Amino acid sequence: MTGLRAHDLSFAYGAKKALEEVSFEVGAGRFCALLGPNGAGKSTLFGLLTRLFMAPRGSIEIAGHDLARAPRAALAELGIVFQQSTLDLDLTVRQNLSYFAALHGLSGRTAATRIDAALDQLEMRDRAGEKARALNGGHRRRTELARALLHDPAVLLLDEPTVGLDAAARASITLHAHRLAEDGKTILWATHLTDEVAPGDDLVILHRARILTRGKARDIAGDMTLHERFLTLTGAVA
Amino acid sequence: MTAYLTSLRAIVLREALRFIHQRERFIAALVRPLVWLLVFAAGFRAALGLSIIPPYQTYITYETYIVPGLCGMILLFNGMQSSLSLVYDREMGSMKLLLTSPLPRGWLLFCKLAGSTIISILQVYAFLAIAAAFGITMPGWGYVAVLPALLVAGLMLGALGLVLSSLIKQLENFAGVMNFVIFPMFFLSSALYPLWKMAESSELLHDICAVNPFTHAVELIRFALYLQFNGAALGWTCLAALVFTGAALLGYDPARTRMGRKT
Repeated sequence: MTGLRAHDLSFAYGAKKALEEVSFEVGAGRFCALLGPNGAGKSTLFGLLTRLFMAPRGSIEIAGHDLARAPRAALAELGIVFQQSTLDLDLTVRQNLSYFAALHGLSGRTAATRIDAALDQLEMRDRAGEKARALNGGHRRRTELARALLHDPAVLLLDEPTVGLDAAARASITLHAHRLAEDGKTILWATHLTDEVAPGDDLVILHRARILTRGKARDIAGDMTLHERFLTLTGAVA
Repeated sequence: MTAYLTSLRAIVLREALRFIHQRERFIAALVRPLVWLLVFAAGFRAALGLSIIPPYQTYITYETYIVPGLCGMILLFNGMQSSLSLVYDREMGSMKLLLTSPLPRGWLLFCKLAGSTIISILQVYAFLAIAAAFGITMPGWGYVAVLPALLVAGLMLGALGLVLSSLIKQLENFAGVMNFVIFPMFFLSSALYPLWKMAESSELLHDICAVNPFTHAVELIRFALYLQFNGAALGWTCLAALVFTGAALLGYDPARTRMGRKT
C-alpha cells in the first residue's frame, strides 16, 4: 500500500504503558483523524511514526517503506507538523523553509521553486520576508504546513496542529488539510476535538493506550453526533 | 551539490545566523578569556615562576603561557554552550526537525558539531587578535598552524557537549552539569599552570590533569602556536573525540528512546 500502516505497536515509559498493540491503516489519499483525549497516547504514536524513538515491537510502513528497515526512504515520504511549533522565530518564513529544504537535500532553484509553490498553496507568499516571530499563531501553523509539503511527501502527519488557534484559523487549517487529501496526500490528523472531523473521514479513536474503534467517522457516530459518541466511548459521560 | 553538502551548508549557516543574533554571547565569549588574560594573569605573574619548557625556547611571561589555555577555554565554553542550545532546541521542538530528516542522524549531528566548532574558531581568532593588540604575540605562522589544532580540539569538546545534551533531560539540570564538567576540566588541566607545577603540590592531581583530554587539547594548541607538532596530544585529543562522538551517537540513537522520554 502507498499510505500509512502501523502494525502491533506497543511502547512504555518505564512501567507506564503508553501504547498497547496499536494497529491501523490509512489508505492513499485518505484523511484519517486520530481522535483521543489528552494522555491517550497520540503524541507517543507520533514519536514512533516519525522515528524520534522506536517501538520494541511492531512495525510501521510509510508509502510502502518499512520505517525500521529503510528509515531514509520512509522519512523522505513523510511530512510532519509537530504539536509544538518548530519554527526558528529569528529567521524569516523563507529562511525557515530554505533550512528545512536543505535538510531534505534540496537547494538552489529547485528549493526556491518548491518554496514559492508551497507558500502559494497556503496563501503565505506575501509573508515570506517576515520573521516568524512577527506572525500570528494561524500564520505560523500555515508556514509549518507549507514547510511539511516542500519535499512533496506522500504522507502527512499533523499532531494537534490547531492547538492555541482561534476558531477561524482552526477552520482554515482543517480545510487546507482536507484539500490536501483530495489532492492525493495521505493525512493522519491527531486531535481531541471532534468538530475537526468530517463525516466522510476515516477515524481511529485512541484511549488509554489502545484503539477503541476505527472506521468511517459517520459509521462510528451512528445515530449520535460524533462528539456524543466520542464521550460515550471514552467514558467521559456518566 | 549533494544532499550532504547542502545540509552541511544550511546547518552551519543557521549556527552562524543564530550567533549573529546573539551579540551578547559573542561579547561574553571574548570578555571571559580577556579578563583572565589581562587581570588574572597580571596579578599572578609575580607569584608563578615558569621554567623553560617545550615548546618555549626562552623564558616567557605568564600572560604568554596562558594564551593557549584561554583559546581552549573559548572552545570548551562554546562546546558547552552549543550543548545547552541543543537541550533548548529539544525542549522547544526544533531538534525534532533535524532528527526527522531522511539524512543519516550521525551526519546531521556532525553538521551541528562542525557549525559550532567553526563559530568557536572565529572567536578564538578574535581573542588572539585582541591579545596581540596588547602585545602578547605568537610566531606569525603559528596563527596559521594552530588552525587544524583548534579544529580537532573544537570537535572533541563539541562532541562532549553533544554527549551531555543527550543525557540532560531538562534545561534546569544544565547548570549543575556545567559546574561538574567545565570547571573541573578547566582547572584540572595545563591551561593555567604547567603540569610539573601541579606535581609539586600533588601527584594525584597531576595524574588527573595528565589524563584530562582538555589538557591534551590545550597542549596541542600550545605546540601548534609555536610551530611544533605534539603527536601525543594529537593522539589523545583524537581518541577523546572518537569516544565522545561514539557516545553521542548512542545517546541520539532512536532505539534508546532518550529523545522521546517524557520530561
